[in-house]
This record gives sequence, structure tokens and C-alpha cells, in this order.
Amino acid sequence: MSSHTPGTPARTYPPRPEAVYFYATCLVDMFVPEAGMDAITLLEREGIRVIFPDNQTCCGQPAFTSGFPEEARQVVASQLDLFPGDYPIVVPSGSCAGMILWHWEKVIGADPALKARAAAVAARTFELAEFLLHVVGFNRKDEGPATTVTLHTSCSARREMGTHLVGRELLARLGNVSLAHHDHESECCGFGGTFSLKHPDVSTAMVSDKVAALKATGASQLVTADCGCMLNITKRAAREDQDAGRSKPSLPGEHLATFLLRRTGGKQA
Amino acid sequence: MSTQARNTAGQPIAFVSAQALRARMHDAVNDAHLRQSFRGAMDFLMAKRAAQFPDEGELDSLRGLSEAIRQYSLTKLPDLLEQLEANLTRNGVQVHWAETPDEANAIMLDIARRHQAKLIVKGKSMVSEEIEFNHAMEAAGVGALESDMGEYIVQLAGEKPSHIIMPAIHQTKQQIARLFAEHIPGVDYTDNVDALIQIGRRVLREKFEEADIGLSGVNFAVAETGTLCLVENEGNGRMCTTVPKVHIAITGIEKVVEKLEHVAPLFSILTRSATGQAVSTYFNMISGPRRGDDRDGPEEVHLVLLDNGRSQAYADEQLRQTLQCIRCGACMNHCPVYTRIGGHAYGTTYPGPIGKIVSPHMMGLEQTHLLPTASSLCGACGEVCPVKIPIPELLIRLRGEANSAPHANPAMVGQGAGYDAKISLLWKLWARLYARPATYRAFTWLATRFRFLTPKQQSGWTAARTPLKPAPRRLRDMVKDRR
Repeated sequence: MSSHTPGTPARTYPPRPEAVYFYATCLVDMFVPEAGMDAITLLEREGIRVIFPDNQTCCGQPAFTSGFPEEARQVVASQLDLFPGDYPIVVPSGSCAGMILWHWEKVIGADPALKARAAAVAARTFELAEFLLHVVGFNRKDEGPATTVTLHTSCSARREMGTHLVGRELLARLGNVSLAHHDHESECCGFGGTFSLKHPDVSTAMVSDKVAALKATGASQLVTADCGCMLNITKRAAREDQDAGRSKPSLPGEHLATFLLRRTGGKQA
Repeated sequence: MSTQARNTAGQPIAFVSAQALRARMHDAVNDAHLRQSFRGAMDFLMAKRAAQFPDEGELDSLRGLSEAIRQYSLTKLPDLLEQLEANLTRNGVQVHWAETPDEANAIMLDIARRHQAKLIVKGKSMVSEEIEFNHAMEAAGVGALESDMGEYIVQLAGEKPSHIIMPAIHQTKQQIARLFAEHIPGVDYTDNVDALIQIGRRVLREKFEEADIGLSGVNFAVAETGTLCLVENEGNGRMCTTVPKVHIAITGIEKVVEKLEHVAPLFSILTRSATGQAVSTYFNMISGPRRGDDRDGPEEVHLVLLDNGRSQAYADEQLRQTLQCIRCGACMNHCPVYTRIGGHAYGTTYPGPIGKIVSPHMMGLEQTHLLPTASSLCGACGEVCPVKIPIPELLIRLRGEANSAPHANPAMVGQGAGYDAKISLLWKLWARLYARPATYRAFTWLATRFRFLTPKQQSGWTAARTPLKPAPRRLRDMVKDRR
């Protein structure tokens, strides 16, 4: 869904703010809340106040990418007023951050005032990992045992947010963690929102290949900064385990926020 | 020679009904051989392209320039087409306009009849595939023989191209060896690639001399000079355009550029994006028929300019970007869906990402509305497109056009063809839920507290995955509890 292309000048990052808005995304709110909680804890531990707007629901992406722009517009319109202060908006997902950054202004319609508001929100929206690296300057001591992990970067983080090296850099700052690169790393995991429901054959082929490539690294676990990809990959791996009668998950996965927090002493394993 | 008897005649473009498309995609992903050969071929092509662009800055600026040239050309398209016609006519080229495939075929059949042509030898042309040229000629008793090696193989096999640049990429050398042994008299089975190419060249060499007409495509038509540019690697394009007495070129109306200098960057980015070549083996510039004491060249040159739905895309500012395409095929090489299903499963002349955005204009959305949904919107196609077509955005747009409730005066043929009252209602409900925070909170509270009621069967999701289940408590509950 890239509205921009690689090579777009890197964003200008603000200085470390006193507070941020946390836009959790619908998937995190309902399915992976611990990833959201861990992201909030990471930010607060750095002395940043985290504001959780209670009226947040969804960025509108599911309807937008499915070709229901009016339904997407209604949801986006309901979200525009959530961020009255001039604080950065942090999103623990490249895909939802990409939606806000590149598509809200278009989705919202022709009204110039609404467009301007959407653009202003977009300008201060950051994906969690890039925020941790470029704004917070995350650099905590790794307190965990030596381990090897593998990283999957979502297509949106890679192509819309241009942040595919950010996750690697954050992991590189953990002294006892080595990163195992997997085959066809830049390839999509096959989730694609409603694509996985509408074209299960192709989606399954893609996610099975992704699972195989990740497992082939021999890494102890998967780390990713997008819950959509994480659920797609780990639920596929779980199904393969189930079909093979394995009780121990062959490819456990964690959101990057959870992994970072756990490794740096903020959370019990 | 059995080659003339066997070709794609009798195989009209597959009807892309939703059911047929799903069935073909299902078969393709379960075909281990197909999966393996496309994966290998696409990996090879991606690596070759990457090696051509070691400098990301140079790639970015060349893509920017190429996009600008294509957009500039399209902005002036009606004027440039008239200018092209005037200058080609001045150069002695006869220009024909065709709105539909039938019209294009009728024009070319008329030329063939005037020359009492028995055999037309063809250079590679996707537009000729688009209009089912071979089929139309065979039906009228005129032979049409492909001379591009890949197209020749596909024709022998009675198939259609599975890739716009490498038409026979789905065939193994063993399959090709069997085809040759079966169809070319006096040829024994050999899967030595060099030997196979020599066999093909020998057969085709005779045909160039025998043919009454040569047909070719066009990569760039230069308006200011009246020049047709043709990019190729095998020399068959040059043979087709110089040896027979009559040369017919056919192309879509979007292929025109204003100036000769506009060709250089497009040519450079085309070969590097397509096959990972710094330059193609041949680059032909055709400016007219044989003149005065020229020692070779055709006596007659024709250009057929085909619309076939392109002006529908042209009429819309966003969809117009579809016409920036220079047919390099990089989008399919990098597409995770194409890599897994190959080109034939799409059932369209142009497969892969470009096929999904161009076919709806050529065939209407009734037949093609499911194609734009067959994408995870990963963005790999848009990322490598040499002229920066925002393919994912256009896919989303086409999904919207397909979903819209049918209404009078549609801007697209088949608009609303994918309309499903039930799905539309579901999205309306979704919007009601998610655009009203209080309702959303109530819904998510119920969904988490009653998560034991979550269905175990979740449509396509649970076809290959364990089911999704809401967490016991929402993030917003955890945030509240903590404070």
C-alpha cells in the first residue's frame, strides 16, 4: 500500500516529548492487549506520560483496503478529535500507522478543513519502534540470557513507514540477542486483512512459506512489531503443531514491545 | 510443418468468472512443480534486477524521471497521438485506429487479404495476445507464427504466455524438448538448451523468408519524429520488421512519447527492471518503409493503434496512472501471489499486479472484479514499478468500484459487478460499531467477557490457522486497572 516509495527522505523526528498519545489499534485492544500494555510501560519507564484516548476504536483500514471508502471515512471521522494536544501519536503497528500517515487525508473526503486536520494528525503519528529508536533513543541493558530470535517486519512498516531497519537496530542494542535473518525476509506473510479470508488458498501458501522460512533459522522465537502478522504467523504455526501432535509451540511469537520490555528487566518472562 | 496447424486457435481468453478464478488459484497453489519453478524463476529475476540497481539514489532518480516522462506523455496524449499519426504518415507509414480487438483484427486481416498473405510471422507482442490475433487470423485461413522463442514454445504447446516478458517461463527444458520432438519433423529428443535454441532458430529462419507479412509490437512510439521503437533480445523482431514485404506494428494508444530523448531513460529502466539487463541485445527504431535504393526493409509499414478500454482508464485521473506502464513485468516478478500461482491462473492476457489493474478496463469488471481482491496489498509491486504506478492504491480503488451499488451512468464498464448486499450490510454495521466509541466499547466488552462464545470456524482464517479468540480483558481495561 505504499503511497511513498523507498528513498523518500527520512522523517524529521521531534525531541523527546513530555507526553504521547497511545493509539493502540483495534487488534491490540481486543486480541493482544499485553503488547499494548508493554508498549505503554516501555514509554512510561522512559519518563514519558502516556495518554490513552478512551474513544479510540480503529484506524479504518479494514474497510478502506476492502474497497468500502465511505465506511472507512465514517470511522476515521470519529477518530480525528482524539488528539487535541500537540503530542506525538504512537502506534504499535506499522500497518495502522501507515493508514493514518498516508491515507487518512485522502479517506476523509474533500472538505479542506477535515483534510487539514487529518494531515496534522498524520504528521505527528509514529510507529512504536521508530519512536523508541529515533525519539526515545532506547538503550537499556539486556538482562536476559543469550538467545537467537528472528524478526518479521510487516509490509506496511517496510514500505509505508520505511522502518524496516528500525526493528533490527533495536534488537542489535540488546547485548545477548542475536538476530537470525530468514529466507525471503522482505516477502509478505500473507495476512493482508480480508485477503486472508477471501483468498485462503493463496494466503495459506504464503503464510506456510513464511513459517517454514522463520523456523529454518533455528531461532528460539519470532519478534514482530505488527500484531496482524504476528497472529497470522503464530496461529498458522500453532495449527501445524496441532496437526503434527506437537504440544510445545514450534514458533512462539512476541510483539517487539513485549520482547524489549522482558529483556530489559521490565517484565517477568 | 505442424507448427502452423497448432497454435492458440480455438482457445479464447479464459472467462474470469469468480468461481473459475478461485478454482485455478486453488489448483495452482497445490501444484508443487509449478510452485517450485515459479519461485526459482522469480528469485532469479529479482536478483538480476537488484544487481542492475546497486545505487539506490540512481534508481530513485531514474524512476522519478521515468514516471515524469510517462505522466507528461499521458497529459498530452490526444495531441501526441495526432502528432504521431502526422509524422508517421509523412514517413510513409499507414496509421490505423482500432477501438476494439475485433476492429484491430479486421484491419490487419484486410491488409493480409490485400496481399494474399498465407503466413504472418510475428515478433513478440502482448497487444496481439490481447486481441487474440492468432486465433482471428487462423479463423480466416491465414497462418500466424510466433518467432520469439518463448512465444514459439507456448504456441507449439497450444498455451498462452504465463509472463509478459518470459512467456514460456512455466515450461521446463524437458517439456520443451518433448514439444520439439513431437511437433518439429526430424527432431529427436534433446534437453540441451543450446541445441533446442538452434533447432528453433533453424525452423524460424525459413519462416522469415517464407512469410508475407511481419507483425511486431511497439515499446515506444515517438510523436515528434514518427519513430517506432522495438526492444528485443533475439533478433527475431528485426527479422519480422525487415524481411517480409509488409510490416504491421500494433500497440496500445498509451505507448506514445513526445521526443526521442524521452526514450533513453525509459529504455534503460525497462531492460534493467525486466530482465536485469543493462541493455537489450537489439533496439530497433523503425521510421518507415524501404526508401529509394534501400537494399532491404519492408515495402509497406502499418501501425495499428488500439484502444480496448484504455480511454476508460484515461478518463479518470487516478486510474490514468495504469497507462504509465511500460510492460517490464517487474511487478509480477516481485509479487508473492504471482510467484505462487503463476501466470495462467489469472485467466487474463496480462497476469500479475499489472494485469489486475489493466484487465478490468479491457474486459469489464463483470469478468474481472475478483482479480483486484487477490492481493495482500503488500506493496512489493509498487515498490519496484519503474514508472511508480501506485498499484496497491489502484487495486483498492477497483475494489471500491466493484463493491459500489450498481447505478446509472457508471464510469467503468461493470461497475458494481462485485456488489454483494450481505457484504455491504456487514461493512455498514462495522462502520456503525467502530465509528461510535460507546457502541464499540460495549461490543468489545461483550466480545472479551463472552469470549468462550467465539466461533471455532472462522471462514478462510481457520482453513489453515488456529482460531482467533479475544483476550479476557481489553487493553483499555488493563490501562484503567493500573491507574
